[in-house]
Amino acid sequence: MTQSNTILPPLTERSGIIRWVRKNLFGSWLDAFLTIIGAFIIYWAVKGLFTWVFTVAEWQVVATNLRLFIIGQYPLEQAWRLWVALAFLMFLTGNSLGIWARKSYFATILLLAFPVLLTLFPFGDEPRKWLIILTIVGVIGWGIGRTASEKLSRIVIFGWVISLPIFILLTRGFTPEDGIMPIVGTNLWGGLLLTFLLTVVGIIFSFPLGVLLALGRRSELPAIRFASILYIELVRGVPLITVFFMAQLMLPLFLPPNITIDRVLRAMVAVTLFSAAYLAENVRGGLQAIPKGQFEAAHALGLNGLQTMYFIILPQALRLIIPILVGQFIAVFKDTALVAIVGLFDLVGIAKTVLAQPDFLGLQREVYVFISLIYWVLSYGMSYLSQQLEIKLGVGKR
Amino acid sequence: MTQEGEIIISVKDVHKWYGEYHALKGVGMEVKKGEVIVIFGPSGSGKSTFIRTINRLEDHQRGQIIVHGTELTHDIRNIEAIRMDTGMVFQQFNLFPHLTVMQNIVLSPIQVRKWTKAKAEEIAMQLLERVGIPEQAQKFPGQLSGGQQQRVAIARALAMQPKIMLFDEPTSALDPEMIKEVLDVMVELAKSGMTMLVVTHEMGFARAVADRMFFFDEGQIVESGTPQEIFKSPKEERTKLFLSQILSH
Repeated sequence: MTQSNTILPPLTERSGIIRWVRKNLFGSWLDAFLTIIGAFIIYWAVKGLFTWVFTVAEWQVVATNLRLFIIGQYPLEQAWRLWVALAFLMFLTGNSLGIWARKSYFATILLLAFPVLLTLFPFGDEPRKWLIILTIVGVIGWGIGRTASEKLSRIVIFGWVISLPIFILLTRGFTPEDGIMPIVGTNLWGGLLLTFLLTVVGIIFSFPLGVLLALGRRSELPAIRFASILYIELVRGVPLITVFFMAQLMLPLFLPPNITIDRVLRAMVAVTLFSAAYLAENVRGGLQAIPKGQFEAAHALGLNGLQTMYFIILPQALRLIIPILVGQFIAVFKDTALVAIVGLFDLVGIAKTVLAQPDFLGLQREVYVFISLIYWVLSYGMSYLSQQLEIKLGVGKR
Repeated sequence: MTQEGEIIISVKDVHKWYGEYHALKGVGMEVKKGEVIVIFGPSGSGKSTFIRTINRLEDHQRGQIIVHGTELTHDIRNIEAIRMDTGMVFQQFNLFPHLTVMQNIVLSPIQVRKWTKAKAEEIAMQLLERVGIPEQAQKFPGQLSGGQQQRVAIARALAMQPKIMLFDEPTSALDPEMIKEVLDVMVELAKSGMTMLVVTHEMGFARAVADRMFFFDEGQIVESGTPQEIFKSPKEERTKLFLSQILSH
């Protein structure tokens, strides 16, 4: 026997499943009582859920209309363009993971394998083929990213900058009817595609606008400050749905009859303007958290106001508010569901049309559970990525 | 232009109010090139406020401040010109926590002086060697001790190749064992001929390198003189009292 000088912790502090259970679940008579009650409730709920999911629910409604949920009325023979656009995004994603997230193996595998996992859903052969291509493209991009030089990382950043215009260009098309990419009107955009575009456009454009409004609200020039406050408080004081109604129903009344603005574009602008006001307040919170000494040090070094903001204050302020920003982005994503009320066919809009078909009457539960699942997966994805980003950026922080 | 005895900072009858509070009540001072000035006095005496008016971190409401031939007014170009020639070291270091030590130092030379990255980094390395921590260049400020951070802050200010260095209580936030490493750098700097205005209670430092000392109380200069005069035969009662308080232990 070997002699050991280490003093063992008391029994209650040692690990072991049985000890853990005794300590945490059956520590006292009340604990034991609550544990048993809780176990019954969980059993009852899970059993009910499983029974419904596997025996009662008629998932046929989802399988049959899967294409509608994903792209709405977008013409099937043009769907390859969306796949190409997605492949471009996937390549960039793989590339970026290879360059900047070399240690996040779990996130990398999850993101790259995601398309292949989707083949478990009852897509047709054509989408399945594309989904596999997406993963392959992602892995190739990742491989190139691993060997990256500094030059490549600049190209990738440029790639991200042009990714949204490219996505929209491919989605919309730019040639007449008989060309290689005939224009697909936005009235045919729908489902997850429309939700995705509304969200991405909303986030990308509201972010700089929100930052400018936040800076404006702190400006020393009264006119700019007052205008910013007016905008922020006005927009924050009304519900998003009324902004959508304004954009879709009121705006045409004020425009000359020969001018029409695309309905989807109007929704995008509404989301952007609405979200910017909230973002502005979040960013302002971040700006206020930066100590005065940072401004003073920057000024003392001769940096002007703009340089101080760009190099010193904003990078710190935005890093502080990553969780809040992502919260706002998730809110934008979910809030786009309101466009269904003003007649656009996003995920919720499509769900309503599917349920209006005589074949699928009374299947609300299946349809809404399904789209909730899509919303949840993507929202949680954003949340997870933001946590990874925080960990990565946390390096060297005070 | 640069002959001995040239006046580089000229302050005349400067007043400063924070709302109703009269923080500076007619302060005047002339500093010659290469002089080391130590400013001391009880807290709330206006000494920090005064040093911060010299690079316009605080504005003055009356009087005149001329730094290196440029008068400080509301004209932003004058303010920027003076800030380029004036380095400042703060009590709380105020390093930029999201940038590495190297990035902290080269940011302003590249952005304001428009140096190339290579030149700025070369000079930054020389300065880090001068303050004794070249091996910390790639670390973030949060990974350094207080004394090391303050030395980085000094290197950062020196990277702009200022004519004047302002120190606002540079050792007051440091643990006792780290004060010496910062003072050593400051002594070396003083001996190299840098014009320095130092707000500090480190009387050892004052005795060693100060050319003149100014005692501030209640927004005014109560007494000034060489360290010899101030320590040996202070004229004013308030100076005597204050010195006896900070030197008694």
